[in-house]
Amino acid sequence: MTEKEELELFASGHRACAGCGEGTAVRQILKVAGPNTIATICTGCLEVVSTGYPETAWEIPLIHAAFENSAAVAAGVEVALKELGRKEGVNVIAFGGDGGTFDIGFQALSGMLERGHDITYICIDNEAYMNTGIQRCSSTPYGASTTTSPTGKYSIGESRPKKPIAAICAAHGIPYTATANIAYINDLKKKVKKALETEGPAFLHVFAPCPTGWRHGSDDTIEIARLAVETGVFVLYEIIDGDICNLNVTVKPKKRKPVEDYLKRQRRFGHLTKEDIAKIQQEVDEKCDRYGLPKRE
Amino acid sequence: MTVKITLGAINKEHGSSRKYKTGGWRTVCPVVDLEKCISCYRCYDYCPDAAIKKIENGIEYDLDYCKGCGICSKECPVKAIVMVKEEK
Repeated sequence: MTEKEELELFASGHRACAGCGEGTAVRQILKVAGPNTIATICTGCLEVVSTGYPETAWEIPLIHAAFENSAAVAAGVEVALKELGRKEGVNVIAFGGDGGTFDIGFQALSGMLERGHDITYICIDNEAYMNTGIQRCSSTPYGASTTTSPTGKYSIGESRPKKPIAAICAAHGIPYTATANIAYINDLKKKVKKALETEGPAFLHVFAPCPTGWRHGSDDTIEIARLAVETGVFVLYEIIDGDICNLNVTVKPKKRKPVEDYLKRQRRFGHLTKEDIAKIQQEVDEKCDRYGLPKRE
Repeated sequence: MTVKITLGAINKEHGSSRKYKTGGWRTVCPVVDLEKCISCYRCYDYCPDAAIKKIENGIEYDLDYCKGCGICSKECPVKAIVMVKEEK
């Protein structure tokens, strides 16, 4: 491990809940990016926990933008650096939560990708608006109970499937798109490195469980993140030059675990009946067949 | 506490969140058995709060910041870390 890797650019003392996957994700991402990085963040858990004025957990220059324009502000930073002739050796990273990427910041993100700025956009996905009290988002998976998609006699919880954000971003024809997971740190670091080395826009979708919103123990965070990959719920892949037909699955479980192993660990899915789980299993099986993942055990 | 607000709320003090000790949130405390530890540093990598330091032949906790989430204990491949109830 190099000296650069030992630097903690995301300082202790941030207010993330105990066992928050976001802390692990940002720490590891900044270890790869190093101190020559300028970051922007939009509103979301990450901003709330790390920049409570007058304190900040960041050791790198950071601009806090509004909810919808992390990508737009990063685009401004990148253009200004180029204009001043100081872009060489400087990484520009735009961070966003799932709300600020999938829903509210989507037009700014799409615009940034289309204009071809040399920016790495990193979406840290915990599958709902967690810091305002667990409201559903277009990243919330089918069947999850949230405060605005509550379960009950006539409701299964969230009734719509998760938006395939990485595929949508890849469809812009950008040079590098990848999905990553905090349980697979080496894979995550490799992808961050590739994304930063890419000339032009890169998009990274990082899966990070939330103990508060998903209703699991704070010590289960990494295990649940790993189960998402082992069951095929979240597939780790990368797409080069937006060639969606030619995606490369980077982590292939030898044998896929049943999706129930992942669902039953979280209380947001606690209300699902056997039939509901069978339906989710069928959808996951179909998806995994498309990605060429192995059959279920 | 009075907080001085700078122009544009610019904060020049990087990493100042370290002033706030999150260790007070803890209800269970990690204890490492260095004889069992194989220095794989998996706990170090997964810790969300950067509360684990690498030392020769193992790790050391910074209990000022450890929130007691228990990820390190659960992910330890040789079960060298146990969580014990915090004493007042």
